Amino acid sequence: MAIKVLKPGLATTVQDLGRPGYYHIGIPLSGGMDRHALAAANLLVGNPEGAAVLEAVFMGPELEFTEDATVAITGAELPPKLDGEPRETWTSFKVRRGQILSFDFLKQGARGYIAVAGGIDVPVVLGSRSTYALGALGGFKGRKLEAGDELPVGKAAAAVKDGRTAAKDLRGQPAGMPTELRAMPGLYWHRITEAAGNAFFSDTWKVAPEADRIGYRFKGGKSLEFVPREPPFGAGSDPSNITDACYPYGSIQVPGGTEPIVLHRDAVSGGGYFMVGTVIAADMDLIGQLQPNTPVKFVKVGMDQALAARKNRAELLGKLRTALA
Amino acid sequence: MQTRFSFGGDEHIFAEVGEAMSLEAFFKSLFVTNAVRDAKIKGVTEICPANASYQIKFDPDQIKPDDLLTELKRLDTGSEKSEPVIKTRIIEIPVLYNDPWTHETLMRFRERHQDPNGTDLEYAARINGLESVDAFIKAHSSAPWFVSMVGFVAGLPFLYQMVERKRQLQAPKYLRPRTDTPKLTVGHGGCFSCIYSVRGAGGYQMFGITPMPIYDPNQKISYLRDFMCLFRPGDIVKWKPIDRAAYDAAVADVDAGRFAPVIRDVSFSLTDFNRDIDAYNRKLDGVLHGH
Repeated sequence: MAIKVLKPGLATTVQDLGRPGYYHIGIPLSGGMDRHALAAANLLVGNPEGAAVLEAVFMGPELEFTEDATVAITGAELPPKLDGEPRETWTSFKVRRGQILSFDFLKQGARGYIAVAGGIDVPVVLGSRSTYALGALGGFKGRKLEAGDELPVGKAAAAVKDGRTAAKDLRGQPAGMPTELRAMPGLYWHRITEAAGNAFFSDTWKVAPEADRIGYRFKGGKSLEFVPREPPFGAGSDPSNITDACYPYGSIQVPGGTEPIVLHRDAVSGGGYFMVGTVIAADMDLIGQLQPNTPVKFVKVGMDQALAARKNRAELLGKLRTALA
Repeated sequence: MQTRFSFGGDEHIFAEVGEAMSLEAFFKSLFVTNAVRDAKIKGVTEICPANASYQIKFDPDQIKPDDLLTELKRLDTGSEKSEPVIKTRIIEIPVLYNDPWTHETLMRFRERHQDPNGTDLEYAARINGLESVDAFIKAHSSAPWFVSMVGFVAGLPFLYQMVERKRQLQAPKYLRPRTDTPKLTVGHGGCFSCIYSVRGAGGYQMFGITPMPIYDPNQKISYLRDFMCLFRPGDIVKWKPIDRAAYDAAVADVDAGRFAPVIRDVSFSLTDFNRDIDAYNRKLDGVLHGH
């Protein structure tokens, strides 16, 4: 069976849980920016957690199904419509052959995950079906969807029930304003003054328009003041330059000391800007659901808190698995 | 050389071997990351050598961050005993310097450049004290370059010039990065040259373009069938200036599937290299051209 793309949305891509193992040559993990929501969508339609789904950002696609199917939409509050009739998010529902799945305007969050029983069956490249658009790799022809594309769908494992719902407290979406992103200071933290470091964690930042799968930019906080230095050979003359190095996922670089950028799943693997620290793995999903202009605070944590948050996040997924088993 | 370690969140350990770029720092990062790979440490998921640093990604559910840090420190110290010799490859990369495509692009983004009235090559020649663009091209292409890091985007090599520090070409990045760079542009920023493996944003000065693909996600190009990225850290590159006719012929050869890159196996000793750089580079040239 297949799904015909009538309208592609803004930047809809095929994603799964990613492509580890190639970061050393500049090929990033990719995969869903909100991994919890991606796994939830798959569990709702009876797929393995890491099956390939569609990730739609800000705006949903319009899709025509060539066979009967079971689908579920999770992540952002991107209200689905079937032949114009509203359907629930976070709930599996049936689609009949020839029906059209479309979406209403985004109500909350940023990225919706559209899972189809059987999974999107594009070829596996380097162990994953995820799209890495910058490298024209994986996904559907290495790019975001276009009108006229026909997406192959795999065979569903067994009969899938519709009307299965993920309870609200198991969805793991950002809550509260401003959104708090926990970060461990480190990497090149010593390059800024103590006052600048304090301001970084006390200021309220806003998501800038330049926010995509590579990274999220933030603005509105105070510029960082640097500790004076003699530029090391190879680093470059700007105080924010370093000898080009690897960038951790979630690392917070601040080019020129002005606007922090948090690298995400399609991260550039390295470069010449210093980093003040790293957003903890447990909070990476939240970033994927932030719209431009959302207020954000970075909250300073240590390794113990990061590991505790990680455990909580894993337990949330565990509960979801049990609930949908 | 005392390595500085830092956790990058709960999934990375970042290790800075040297603040400044040097072949010694690069060799150490290469040796430590090789040792980490050989040690097959449970929970390690990505091993990334960089110019003068390296990064290990791990799963803290499988190995305690402090335990991995202790192990890395042990391997980092142990690597200092390694003889700085590697078995590697020397690869010839044809370059059409001063080509029409990077020229069109650099004119389009001129207001983002330090010198809005010249070209990137003219600017780079001037600030490096060379009398002409031709002299700059000669300086850029006469000595080989080390691939000291692969990354930024898929398969992009960072290249470090194999000459004494006082002869190394340097140029700042654009004042504001461009939103476009032609695919296969030969660029330069700080002390590093690079080859842009894909079209996209970039901040390096643009000097020319190579007809030789270095990244092929479809794995159709003969020498990229085994793996889609050509370069590995430790490869040695020698630029070969070519003219437009040779460029067009090479592009036609690539399209017809008959382009054969010049790639030779070679052993490199940092100690011997440092003893007499020019003589060592002549020897490398001999390996490349079979004399």
